[in-house]
Amino acid sequence: MEEPFVKTQIRKDENIVYKRTSLLVDRPLSYCPGCGHGVVHRMLMETLEEMGIQDKTIGVSPVGCSVLAYDFMNIDMIGAAHGRAPALATAIKRLWPDKFVFTYQGDGDLAAIGTAETIHACNRGENFTIIFINNGIYGMTGGQMAPTTLPGMRSSTSPYGRNVLTMGHPLKITELIANLPGVNYVTRQAVHTPNHVRKTKKAIRKALEQQKENKGIAFIEVVSNCNSGWKMTPVQSNKWMEENMFPFYPLGDIKVDGKLVQSSEVAK
Amino acid sequence: MAKIKGDILVNVERCKGCEVCITACPSSTIAMSKEVNGKGYHFAMKVNDECTGCMNCAIVCPDGVITVFRGKIE
Repeated sequence: MEEPFVKTQIRKDENIVYKRTSLLVDRPLSYCPGCGHGVVHRMLMETLEEMGIQDKTIGVSPVGCSVLAYDFMNIDMIGAAHGRAPALATAIKRLWPDKFVFTYQGDGDLAAIGTAETIHACNRGENFTIIFINNGIYGMTGGQMAPTTLPGMRSSTSPYGRNVLTMGHPLKITELIANLPGVNYVTRQAVHTPNHVRKTKKAIRKALEQQKENKGIAFIEVVSNCNSGWKMTPVQSNKWMEENMFPFYPLGDIKVDGKLVQSSEVAK
Repeated sequence: MAKIKGDILVNVERCKGCEVCITACPSSTIAMSKEVNGKGYHFAMKVNDECTGCMNCAIVCPDGVITVFRGKIE
């Protein structure tokens, strides 16, 4: 057990190397244990804190598990109707071009009901950042099948696994919008290991910084877990995600500075 | 000889016991407690002095409950 000697020597304010950022409101997050939302929230807020732009940032929260994101992020937030966050962000960015605008959306929000808004906002080349959390399921409503559900993956509305003959194929919306000319930066990341979390943070920083240059949409997909929807423990669901989600949704940059790049890394 | 050592402080009442930090820790410093917190979750705790202050646990923690310290001990 802990030696009191070590504890008293090290546990001082000047020795703190990492603590929860003050831009996250000091209240418990409403997400399930092990959910990737909490990590992405924290990385986003840390990036804003490092860039010093918390007073100049406006976030748009979606409908889904992260609908209460405005309760946790200590910045200006607005709630959009289901799937309409890119439309609202377009209006905000056009009214205040000097503000930093981001939308934070899940796969049921962005890839299902909001497909039209997403694709057209990307195609117009609006100048904001989209953060897209993909867990392959409608997590908030009880684990129903989403457009991003993998073939053969079980959900509460596909209890024998998704049959692509009757239920259609999964939608790779990230690759779809990467081909649009208005999109400048597209990447796919994950948040289940420290290494991937650090990469995600770098991607968020890059996406926010390019808003200063009016280059077009920056789109970050974060492949995440949904342990309660997948009916697994958090550690099991991370392993399942590595084995099943990553082969279908390979991690890495897809478009950098307006040019398509070969998606390189398949996660370890 | 001065050695660099690390320490963690877990906000026990905010921990949800997801165990993601345990798999992220390279020195097996973190384990789950036998007791539960106010919400009924087993919480993460430091069980040995191998901690180097690498921050891996704090970075993957979905709820951001871990504060990491790093400093010299004589």
